Amino acid sequence: MESVTKPDREVRVEAKPRDTSDSHETVFEIAGLTVTYGSVTAVEGVNLDIRSREITALIGPSGCGKSTVLRCLNRMNDLIPSARVGGKVLYHGIDIYDPGVDPVEVRRRIGMVFQKPNPFPKSIYENVAYGARIAGIRDLDGVVEESLRKAALWDEVKDKLDTSGMALSGGQQQRLCIARALATDPDVLLMDEPCSALDPIATLRIEELMLELKDEYTFVIVTHNMQQAARVSDRTAFFSIEVTPQGRRGRLVEYDRTEKIFTSPSQKETEDYITGRFG
Amino acid sequence: MVTRSPASDARLGAEAVRRALTAKRADTRGLVFRLALLTCLLVSLLVLVVLLADTVLGSLSVWRTRGLADFVRSPLSADPAVAGIWQAFYGSAILMAFVVALAVPLGVATAIYLEEYASDSRLAQVINANIRNLAGVPSIVYGLLGLALFVKALGSVTGPEVFGRSLISGGLTLAPLALPVIVIAAAEALRAVPDSIREAAVGVGATPWQTIRHHVLPVAAPGILTGIILSVGRAFGEAAPLLLVGGITTFFQQAAGSGFLEVLQGRFSALPVLVFSWSRLPQEEFRALTAALIVVMLVLLLAINGTAIYLRQRYEKEL
Repeated sequence: MESVTKPDREVRVEAKPRDTSDSHETVFEIAGLTVTYGSVTAVEGVNLDIRSREITALIGPSGCGKSTVLRCLNRMNDLIPSARVGGKVLYHGIDIYDPGVDPVEVRRRIGMVFQKPNPFPKSIYENVAYGARIAGIRDLDGVVEESLRKAALWDEVKDKLDTSGMALSGGQQQRLCIARALATDPDVLLMDEPCSALDPIATLRIEELMLELKDEYTFVIVTHNMQQAARVSDRTAFFSIEVTPQGRRGRLVEYDRTEKIFTSPSQKETEDYITGRFG
Repeated sequence: MVTRSPASDARLGAEAVRRALTAKRADTRGLVFRLALLTCLLVSLLVLVVLLADTVLGSLSVWRTRGLADFVRSPLSADPAVAGIWQAFYGSAILMAFVVALAVPLGVATAIYLEEYASDSRLAQVINANIRNLAGVPSIVYGLLGLALFVKALGSVTGPEVFGRSLISGGLTLAPLALPVIVIAAAEALRAVPDSIREAAVGVGATPWQTIRHHVLPVAAPGILTGIILSVGRAFGEAAPLLLVGGITTFFQQAAGSGFLEVLQGRFSALPVLVFSWSRLPQEEFRALTAALIVVMLVLLLAINGTAIYLRQRYEKEL
């Protein structure tokens, strides 16, 4: 759900050749999402619609629950035994937390790239081919080349596909992880602070990559870096921490088109964060 | 007295700084500590060297007069001139095969379940604590278990001709002895696999089984392997439980020309059992034979551990 905007405020919109119209289909409908780890509530009452073929950024201070929300979108939180998810996460209208839904099938459609590059300790080829192989895809050579090309890594590694993925540089490893996620031809790619361990040049390459690929894939990116959100995303969700008698918990403050969030946010809290007054 | 500080040195100029930086303080306590550590190391090393040298020197006469092949391949005998270790050598080999065949699959499977499927449950914590205690149980207690269960209760199955005091009973007694060490080592190796690898596999749509089989186990394999070999090494050297379940301490005739099942159900000996019995025999010649037997055991243990190190390094290189 988008928060209320104030129409009387002047909006300085940058001239971007980017399609920010509302014609994009909704991929995720998140309604009343609450996640608890044991007795700690990480995030509460999140309502968010994520649109197809767009880059949606989740920003906010540490501990605001933005990564938790991201990890709900492909049921990655299932790996944490104490995590409990309430509310609804509808993916193309289907609640992925419905007992009848197979989480493995969910993750084949909704790929993920993690904060720290985590290639398998196997060859570059095997890293990319793995997801496709277990999904039953036959033409692995083709998939590997196509995925590595899409991840802008093919030219750098085409002559050493059988060397270990761990031997690559950090930025290359992260692009390898993107290629690995692309190999199953997912619908959505979740990026959990994908550049936080990378230098500025490697970061830029990942950002360019996302912009190139967004015509084919839907991206949701969690980032600590506000400039990054401003550079790549179409929509931005700002999360913050609310201190309650029961403890600190994350909540969604504002969700809107990125240029609106960064130029004329409707909430004072958002503006304070964007302008660097806190967090 | 004027207290000096880095800042005051700097104010006094380059010469004062140079003097302060190059004036070496004698670290007497550090030196003494280091020497004490070195002494401890040398003392424990010395004990080992004396023990080894004594054994090897004591065994020399056997190697000179009999040779390794004759010593290993001759059957047990009360006559020191012809006594060999064949039945015990053979018995130990089969016992180790039992341990590997029974304890490794059970132990690794237990560890996988505890770590990958039930890591946080109360049940897993209780089981974990119990397994750690089991690893510390004296081996003679396993011998008592073997005596009560495999020899007495199941004797008609494990060794009908020999009142249950068979190779099968020996193997079944040693396997649970090795089991807890394998579980602990395998669980620790699995715990050392970074979660990022599990996340990566699950993230591309691997099922929990595929994640474990394709990614977690290969990474944990060197650690699991080391645990297996260490526990097999421990079982290899155990004499007490085998004495209880009927390891033959003198000499016996292996049923000639019988099938493998008959061998398994028949009487047996093992190398550590033989060390125990030979060292008690009155004839002076058995001193040298015992030393030679111990040298054979040490070489075998070294070979086992060497294989572990080799396999481990090869596995790690592949990653």
